[in-house]
Amino acid sequence: MSKKFVLVILLVPVLFLAGCGGGTEAKKETSAAPAASAPAAVSADAGSITGKVAFSGAKPVIRSISMDATPACARQHSTPPKSEEVVLNSNGTLKNVFVWLKAGVPDREFPAPSSPVVLDQHTCVYQPHVIGVVIGQEIEIRNSDDTNHNVHPLPKINREWNESQAPKSDPKRKTFPREEVMIAVKCNVHPWMRSYIGVVRHPYFGITGDDGTFTIKDVPPGEYTVEAWHEKYGVMETKITVAPKESKTADFDFKG
Amino acid sequence: MASPCLHRYALLVAACTLCLVVAGALVTSNEAGLSVPDWPLSYGKLMPEMTGGILYEHGHRMVATTVGVLTIILAIWLWRADQRPWMRRLGWGALAAVVAQGILGGMTVIFLLPKPVSISHACLAQLFFSTTVAIAVFTSPAWREGAPPVADTTGLRLLAFAVPGTLFLQVALGAAFRHKALALAPHVLGAVLATVVVLSASHQVLRRFPDHRPLRTSMLAVLAATMTQIFLGIAAFMARVATADAPQPMPVMVVWTVAHVAVGSLALASSIVFGIQVLRYVKPARVGYAIT
Repeated sequence: MSKKFVLVILLVPVLFLAGCGGGTEAKKETSAAPAASAPAAVSADAGSITGKVAFSGAKPVIRSISMDATPACARQHSTPPKSEEVVLNSNGTLKNVFVWLKAGVPDREFPAPSSPVVLDQHTCVYQPHVIGVVIGQEIEIRNSDDTNHNVHPLPKINREWNESQAPKSDPKRKTFPREEVMIAVKCNVHPWMRSYIGVVRHPYFGITGDDGTFTIKDVPPGEYTVEAWHEKYGVMETKITVAPKESKTADFDFKG
Repeated sequence: MASPCLHRYALLVAACTLCLVVAGALVTSNEAGLSVPDWPLSYGKLMPEMTGGILYEHGHRMVATTVGVLTIILAIWLWRADQRPWMRRLGWGALAAVVAQGILGGMTVIFLLPKPVSISHACLAQLFFSTTVAIAVFTSPAWREGAPPVADTTGLRLLAFAVPGTLFLQVALGAAFRHKALALAPHVLGAVLATVVVLSASHQVLRRFPDHRPLRTSMLAVLAATMTQIFLGIAAFMARVATADAPQPMPVMVVWTVAHVAVGSLALASSIVFGIQVLRYVKPARVGYAIT
């Protein structure tokens, strides 16, 4: 008997009993399967998009995290670590901004890279804070800490799951079958732990690092909508045209 | 009729159930609802390492198990010692409610906090606590002694349903807000409605029956809990706003919110007791009925 069936059977008397159930949030099941398949060969005409994500708003207060509730976490830090919700680089740019081609990419299938993207739970924070994968590409989830974690993605389109991971146990390998930008990941044991995964149907995305820049390589010629997503400051978009073998620039400036 | 020991035991069960409500509120406020991903065991064990969110989630399960055992004993004790058939049925009803509550709690874990189940779990917790309080009242010496009936000339008996009904609606709206099924506005409107109904009832009852102990006492309990609840609600909201950008649930928010949930339980339970007292003592006015 499936979980959904059990849920329906149990839910009916429950709602009569308590008489105060809220509306069920329907899971959006949008198909992300491209209309046609084609090999993901890099075109000889391919160009690239580079850019910088600046921040010109009022400097936010970066809060410290208290890990006192879990000594195994607290003792890994000499001083309380800072929240990674906003990471301002020294050059006035933002780290951990996910930049991707939101529209304009040909509607064909892009094979998932064979190498997994690593998401490590180390010093009781997710490292890195933001990752991106192609649909079907494996995410290798590790627990390098000496304490239990639970890994709990909170997608709105893909399937939600929640699994524990023992200290230094074998990595978990997970994939997401539908495009979704972004999926929050949290650990309910340690409520400060939060990470984000961008699942895209193509490989044209980048994430800003310590200098606030990103690079999207091997972009076929065409007109695109480029979106920059930030955990706190939301999204920005720009339209861009990439000519054959052209290197274009797309800068963003979040106002805070 | 119930023994003093049974009454004291019923009070113990009610007190432990309030602790269970607090333990549940700590789970939600600390965002620890899924820190233990399996059920009924925790990480496949009876006693996992009590660290981080596991402390709240598994602690909640331990208190719930204790209350479940206490309720089994209460139901058996009522069945054997109380001569009133409806009290025996109430004991079994409480046991059925706590079992249903355990199943709902398990469903929240297995199905990853579906909102209808989480809200039902929160609402049934309040109803179960009210049931244990009612059992404590029904087994008390004051209930046995009783009080003289009074005549209802202004539809006072309606308050027996309006007061607990409004407060239960408010509890449900609060649970829906807490589990992100509704915005805050319905809960605030519910607070206004509940306050108006409680103040109106207090005005009538305390003015007309100031010397009727069961009515006055239960009405004052509802009034005190409701006024405290307004203050706690504002404090919980302000704490939530002040710590909105914190990377984790902050103690100031947790303390005020849990207190708000606990006093909400007391307000609902006292309102149900008030309703019972009204139905017991306020009799429909008839021609020739002597008003006491």
